[in-house]
Amino acid sequence: MNWLSADRLRLVVPALSLAVLLAAVFWIQPRAMSYTGLNLLFNLAVPIALATIAQMLIMTVNDLDLSMGTFVSFTACVTATFLQSNPLLGVLILAGCVGVYAVLGVVIYLRNLPSIVVTLGMSFVWGGLAVLLLPAPGGVAPDWIRAVMVSKPPFVPMAIIASVLIAAVAHWIVIRSAFGVVIRGVGGNERSVTRAGWSVLRARASAYALAGVFAVLAGMCLVGLTTSADANIALRYTLLSIAGVILGGGEFVGGRVSPIGAVIGALTLTLAASFLSFLKISPDWQIGAQGAILIVVLALRLVLNRHEGRTAR
Amino acid sequence: MNDQRDNPVLAVNGASKSFGAVRALNGLSFALAAGECVGLVGHNGAGKSTLVGIMNGGTRPDSGTIHLGGNDETGRYSVAVARKYGLRCVFQELSLCPNLTVTENARIAHASISGFGWRRRAERVVRSKLDEIFPGHGIDCDQAVGTLSIAQRQMVEIAMAFSESDGPARIVILDEPTSSLDANIARQMLDHIRKFVGGGGSVVLISHILSEILTTTDRIVVMKDGGLVAEGPSSRFTMETLVGAMGSVVRARDAAAPPRDRTGTTPALTRRGTDGAPEFRAYAGEIVGLAGLGGHGQTETLVELYRGFGGDWLAPADVKAAFVAGDRHVDGNLPMWSILRNISITLLTDLTRAGIVRDGDERAVAQSWRERIGIRTDSLDNPILSLSGGNQQKVLFSRALATRAPVVLMDDPMRGVDIGTKQEVYAMLRAEADRGRTFVWYSTEIDEICQCDRVYVFREGRIVVELTGADIREDRVLAASFSTEAA
Amino acid sequence: MSVVRALYAKPWIWSFVAAIGVWLVTIAFTGGSSAGGLAQAALTFAAFSIIVGIGQMFVITLGPGNVDLSIPATMTLAGTVALKIMDTNDSLILVGILVALAIGLAIGVINYGLIKLLRIPPIIATLSSSFIIQSAAISYNRGIRIKPPAALAEFTTATTLGIPNLAYFALLVSAVAWVALEKGIYGRWVSAVGQNMRAARMAGVPVDGVRAGTYLVCAVLASLAGLLLSCFSGGAALNMGAEYLLTSIAVVVIGGTAVAGGFANIPGIWGASLFLFLVVSMLNTYGASAGIRLLLTGVIIIAVIIAASRSPRA
Repeated sequence: MNWLSADRLRLVVPALSLAVLLAAVFWIQPRAMSYTGLNLLFNLAVPIALATIAQMLIMTVNDLDLSMGTFVSFTACVTATFLQSNPLLGVLILAGCVGVYAVLGVVIYLRNLPSIVVTLGMSFVWGGLAVLLLPAPGGVAPDWIRAVMVSKPPFVPMAIIASVLIAAVAHWIVIRSAFGVVIRGVGGNERSVTRAGWSVLRARASAYALAGVFAVLAGMCLVGLTTSADANIALRYTLLSIAGVILGGGEFVGGRVSPIGAVIGALTLTLAASFLSFLKISPDWQIGAQGAILIVVLALRLVLNRHEGRTAR
Repeated sequence: MNDQRDNPVLAVNGASKSFGAVRALNGLSFALAAGECVGLVGHNGAGKSTLVGIMNGGTRPDSGTIHLGGNDETGRYSVAVARKYGLRCVFQELSLCPNLTVTENARIAHASISGFGWRRRAERVVRSKLDEIFPGHGIDCDQAVGTLSIAQRQMVEIAMAFSESDGPARIVILDEPTSSLDANIARQMLDHIRKFVGGGGSVVLISHILSEILTTTDRIVVMKDGGLVAEGPSSRFTMETLVGAMGSVVRARDAAAPPRDRTGTTPALTRRGTDGAPEFRAYAGEIVGLAGLGGHGQTETLVELYRGFGGDWLAPADVKAAFVAGDRHVDGNLPMWSILRNISITLLTDLTRAGIVRDGDERAVAQSWRERIGIRTDSLDNPILSLSGGNQQKVLFSRALATRAPVVLMDDPMRGVDIGTKQEVYAMLRAEADRGRTFVWYSTEIDEICQCDRVYVFREGRIVVELTGADIREDRVLAASFSTEAA
Repeated sequence: MSVVRALYAKPWIWSFVAAIGVWLVTIAFTGGSSAGGLAQAALTFAAFSIIVGIGQMFVITLGPGNVDLSIPATMTLAGTVALKIMDTNDSLILVGILVALAIGLAIGVINYGLIKLLRIPPIIATLSSSFIIQSAAISYNRGIRIKPPAALAEFTTATTLGIPNLAYFALLVSAVAWVALEKGIYGRWVSAVGQNMRAARMAGVPVDGVRAGTYLVCAVLASLAGLLLSCFSGGAALNMGAEYLLTSIAVVVIGGTAVAGGFANIPGIWGASLFLFLVVSMLNTYGASAGIRLLLTGVIIIAVIIAASRSPRA
């Protein structure tokens, strides 16, 4: 009984839904059960998983980033232009982006601003910068990123290896490391963290900066897969990243997040899109189906939480 | 013991503290020696929590000195300084992060545990203390605190307070540590206190369970009205003398009207008691008091009673109940508004025709209440926050009394109100009650409780005693508020 | 003098000052020849942001976390369905308007139902519902562009006494909203809920009713704006609402309504809507690219929020 703690229970639901969905896909399309098939099913999940981890870090400190989609688009544009033609400048720009995220974390905390509105404003800024950089689709992915993204390691497809790696690294940072504990503590009970002598400002700034790092990586991976970029390439990521965190058992407030769950959530969302197209559901309803999935998961969560509350009494 | 007292580990001298008009602490002196456990008792408003705040560095006294380990720390004292001297506190409110595991909370509390292998070390620190204090506790240190029972959380807090971080714990202040523990576990904790004290540590223990105080402490300090009223070795006190010391001279109840015979009349409000607790009843025209130590379920009861009247979706044409908030920043003030709008909000349905508020009527009602209750301001259009605390409270009173609601629920609304106003409000309440209104009044002040027609004393979330007529006396309320059963 | 001081204290004055400033700068560039046309275009386009902005304003006033992200999808669905039902037929205009209103009502009910039943933040509830609404619009529309009935197209594009009809309509909506907000019990309740929901509840405000009503009003206004926009632009397009997601929030914030709730203000919505349109057209006259326009809009929004934040942490 102790083994099935609330945190683990949180992971069981997303893992099960991924398994069920995968089984359904294999049943409809047995050919997907192969090295290439799996890679095709999941390779677009890699940048989504990275963006989901980024969103999760922001949600850990009880905020929400509505500029995730435009930010990933912008970093994708930078990757396909500067990073390719002038690597040093490209790296500087991307580092600057991470700095901007840290500053956002500081400003939102110091001025007590609603993160929703600030990041909504930032989405204009990133969108504008992306359009300035690439008014029309174009750019070229740097060869080394391309090489990594299309590499074919033996036995296990790249997409799976990358997902596991992302989950492991994020889990280590957020759950296992001493630093991650402080960030989650800020989300759980800011007062007690302050009382123990920690700087909430520093914790929030680092959470935002780290989110920036993961989002930059998401943009780079995305370009590696698509070979070129455009200013609207990742607009869907705002919703996908939020949905991925929620699907994976994360919560909006209280610092309750699960990096492994978030990656599973991102994989589930990617798979759901393929599944719906296999089912010959009209592409018109694809977005709607994602919204519906989100609602169903939240409803399930409510039922589970009630159950949990009853057993804890 | 007296030779130790000359060399205290913690000494507060002549400390005074006022919050607005209320004098919470009145030149109090308190000393704690090494190897001593002091019990701190007193009813609501005696100044216990203010004293605790001053000792742990969270509250700065207006005057007075504080010495730790013989050093004068007056002026630069803070929570951080207190921690350096090995002073730890356990509060009633949860000070852990519910989303983190027990081990991770230990890491937050003890910043010195870091670097590689921190998890193992943090776990060892907290687990060894848990095992030592509460053998067989059954708490999994990898479990999130939020999933533990309230008693288990309390055990974790206690273990963390006694555990070693930057240095050993030397002084531990425990504010109602056993309130959510069962007798057996409470016993383990009290035994640990004795062991800790035997090893040279010092403890300040606050508890409403007097048997704990009498059996565990070396010395008892009784507080009342921000001062010290009795002090001495614990062996010199009994339950009766303790309760007696907390109260003032027992006054005869002025004009104690005999309790009216209520058989045959239906109460205006009822609430069934759980687990054999007395049923709550309030009849029309009565002032019903809710007494007991603060935080023992009175406010929750009032809120439940209020919400029982509905009105979440549609405002009823006739307001059935009104609520006077005590914690005005949390559930009273509408801080962006003027005094006028703050008075009229509950009454608004009466002042509206076809959805439009009639400004003239609104102002007239507010104006009349401003005069009746004496809100000191030059204009009703001033913001509510421009008023003093007591005057803000008057606004909240007007808000409720101005309605035609037959039931008025009051959540300790007289905090920070000056004595003159209090007398006026008491008279007003009595007059309104005589006109048939029912008041349910949670108060932390004995004087106010003694003005009620019927009193329910709360302890640990439920009603323990119902008092009526001549039985409504300070000693009866005190005796019921504190658990005086032998352990 | 006292008039100046009274104006100075109004939170909405700055958006008007900014709007007029931008207007003058633009005219200076074009040599005054386009002054009237620019003002007319500004009033026409601002009308749409004003109508959706007022709905969003009431929602935001409900307090932290309250925001309606389903506005664009609602606009699209209402415009699409209403135009298809009217089928360019003038005699069906009333039916079309009723259908648009019914869609708004239904979406409002769904939005608050999700917030209340699933106990999720409004932002997530309205975001998820917006995806379903968007899909419904896509599937209903099938990419066919249906023209609006002639009379409605005429009404939305014409001017009366030199002022666009749409501006009159926006003025009517604003007037009703102003009365409800400043004089009505509804406005008091919304503001009370936004200042302190618990205190409002304990003061007898029917909190659930007020919140549900506000999400309804917002969705209905969005569906009306969707209908008008599709008639104005000669047919419903699937992405026609997209820009109003950010615009609706931006005009509320720039207009001086408190982002954290409790205080709303309608004149500011006018100032901010005109200002945002004029900034875009000014940048257009100066030949700025779409990127610069987006960038500047974002910078303006963030600057205004930071400047308006009243409670910096000590």
